Amino acid sequence: MKSKKDLSVNFLGVKFKNPFCLSSSPVGNCYEMCAKAFELGWGGIVYKTLLKTPSYECSPRYDILTKEDLPWVGFKNMEQLTEHNLEDDLRDITRLKKEYPDGVIIASIMAKTEEDWTEMARLVEQAGADMIELNFSCPQMTDSDLGSAIGQKPEVCKRFCQAVKRGTKLPVIAKMTPNITDMCEPAIASIEGGADAISAINTIKSICNVDLDKKVGLPIVNGKSSISGYSGKAVKPIALRFIQQLRDNERLKDVPISGIGGIETWEDAAEFILLGATTLQITTAIMQYGYRIIDDLCDGLQHYMEEQKVDSLHELVGVANKNIIPAEDLDRDYRVYPEFDYKKCVGCGRCYISCFDGSHQAIEFDLKKRKPTCNKDKCVGCLLCSNVCPVKAISKGEIRFKQGKGENRNTEDIIV
Amino acid sequence: MKKYDKELEKSYDPLLVMEEARRCLLCHDAPCSKECPAKTDPAKFIRSVRFKNFKGAAETIRKNNFLGDVCARVCPTEKYCQKGCSRSGIDRPIEIGLIQKFVTDFEKQTNMKILEKGRNNNMKVCIVGSGPSGLQAAASLSMMGYEVTIIEKHEKAGGYLRYGIPSYRLEEKVLDNDINTLKKDLKVKFIFNTKLGVDVSLAELRKQYDAVILAIGYSKGKMLPMFENNSYVEVATDFLKRVKENKGNIEKIDFCIVIGGGDVAMDVCSTLKMLETKQVIDVIYEDTDELRASNKELQLARELQVNLLCGYKPVKVENNTVIFEHRKLSSQLSVTADKIILAVGQELDLNNLELEVVNNNIKNKKHQIKNNLFATGDVVSEDKTVVYSVKHGKEVAIAVDNYLKGGK
Repeated sequence: MKSKKDLSVNFLGVKFKNPFCLSSSPVGNCYEMCAKAFELGWGGIVYKTLLKTPSYECSPRYDILTKEDLPWVGFKNMEQLTEHNLEDDLRDITRLKKEYPDGVIIASIMAKTEEDWTEMARLVEQAGADMIELNFSCPQMTDSDLGSAIGQKPEVCKRFCQAVKRGTKLPVIAKMTPNITDMCEPAIASIEGGADAISAINTIKSICNVDLDKKVGLPIVNGKSSISGYSGKAVKPIALRFIQQLRDNERLKDVPISGIGGIETWEDAAEFILLGATTLQITTAIMQYGYRIIDDLCDGLQHYMEEQKVDSLHELVGVANKNIIPAEDLDRDYRVYPEFDYKKCVGCGRCYISCFDGSHQAIEFDLKKRKPTCNKDKCVGCLLCSNVCPVKAISKGEIRFKQGKGENRNTEDIIV
Repeated sequence: MKKYDKELEKSYDPLLVMEEARRCLLCHDAPCSKECPAKTDPAKFIRSVRFKNFKGAAETIRKNNFLGDVCARVCPTEKYCQKGCSRSGIDRPIEIGLIQKFVTDFEKQTNMKILEKGRNNNMKVCIVGSGPSGLQAAASLSMMGYEVTIIEKHEKAGGYLRYGIPSYRLEEKVLDNDINTLKKDLKVKFIFNTKLGVDVSLAELRKQYDAVILAIGYSKGKMLPMFENNSYVEVATDFLKRVKENKGNIEKIDFCIVIGGGDVAMDVCSTLKMLETKQVIDVIYEDTDELRASNKELQLARELQVNLLCGYKPVKVENNTVIFEHRKLSSQLSVTADKIILAVGQELDLNNLELEVVNNNIKNKKHQIKNNLFATGDVVSEDKTVVYSVKHGKEVAIAVDNYLKGGK
């Protein structure tokens, strides 16, 4: 078989054989798990966050959002940090590094005081970690001074980064919370404090479902529930938006990013890369499907590189950032009308319903022939129809400039 | 091993029904709803399932089709609702019958009470016969406020549903549940073991009630002259009734010839195979491309290794040996079997009722025979399926209501 593209990336001076890492979470909780992940081909592991005092967890601790028969549209998780003694985790990191020297180990740490941050950094460097990630973002801590409470206060992020840097020479990533209006503020503060990179996003504070009989959110822990982190496919759009905003910020535009949030397929991965992530972290998809998803993530991404004719993923990092522009700068002078492929059309009339009820009543539907047509006098070119069509029979068709807007312009120059 | 007395068809669980409902394209002006003769409105109840409103779905079905649970099991959906399904343009139609079965089972499991008797209008209607059309008419009229009495010649209600359709397609408890609903919620009275023209006269009924509906069905199985008075021959409807009444415990038959190619013939063939008949040859008049039986029935017969012989008609019979000739080819065959079952259709049995017959049906105008006498079901319908009986049951109720309210 033909040789495959090289997926390796350089992130903060460390070589990853591929950009895919376990994120700091239940999936990287102990030696056995991490060893299996390395065996199966993961590029790096962000070991589940180390803390001086182990977490005391509840049962059960997960919930999922479903749609029709589709489970795991989104995933809610109440687990906090490590459940082990610090020495045990450090010993596992040492062993992993020794047995898998090519696998990158990133130690995730959290602490309460500056002294502790410094000490934790020193300890994980000593244990053999390649890199450190600072957990400024866990949204379900039982201590209100920890986790996302840190990431919401830029000045605290900065102080803790400084403290960490006092204890280590390893590269440092600050992991951001999305439970904030502007992520750039804590990110800039972290960089000012000495962090070398940003990882984003941690999970989003959520209540996934409410039990309608017991009148309690899910999962139910002895009759009660709590707000906690939401992840999975449903959060991908939010993650991509935060990453774009980081890359768009003058002071952060060159800061390396480790992208996290709903990555399940190589296509998701490629989107994060195009919007500026160099490495990628995954948990929810592993919890649902297992470490084996690495096969298709890598393989799919290699095929994409082949198609894109690139030899290094670095050529793709951030390529799409420039094409996300402020809403006020978009070219609003033309409309793209729907084009129907009547060979594919099965005559369900969903386009008609959505256009009438959700747009501008431009689609007409012949009830006898069960055939939609577009009245271009009414159509605004929103293409809602194309989004609801279950057989993808509606594509982007004729382009027309709005009245008085087309002078000296050619529709062929419009990229749709 | 398939068992005669257990329904063969699978049932969805909440997850699978949602998977199927998700496949539905939720069409505008949905073809499935337009194709259902009984106007059960599958598009509406599937949409309810899709939006997690199982109770609403159950209400839609029960309100539109009193025998929704029966239809879910026995309707040849490929000829009606599923025929127009837009999903066929992608892969295969939605399994509407199975969704309907799930929803009606849900109704039963959750003990929903959907129907109730309408405000009493002090008028009484008598329905003769408790087959599907009679049951539907009873439900519709009761909801309108009529006091309904059903007269049935057998000891149990249901007509062909009770005494014809094999248990592996329709378990009796489904029917029992519907009869109970009629009795308890809709206050319909049943008088059993009473035969029109024998135990009670039509004239008496017409005097006693404000209106009378004949829902007597095509109860008699057809006999072909050459098979008359032959002890090896049994008519399909009699055979199916006998098997059902004995819960499958009948004499063992090793080799049986079945003559006929409709759903009843398939029911006979599959029943025989389930009762461990070694060899069943079904001789069918129609050719392979003209078969009238529904897909599901044919498929089962084939699965059970019934030998389908198409294009032949019987020309001569001597005791248990039948000579068949091909309709078009020069081909003759002689078969000697332990038993011969005729499934060549049913016919109107008016006994001594003096009613005019046109095209094998009772002459009527929009279900009205004359004055306060009406008819419904097979005796007025071209199509003899259960779903058509339901359609006619609904229609006759409206006709009676119009007549009594308008005094026509």
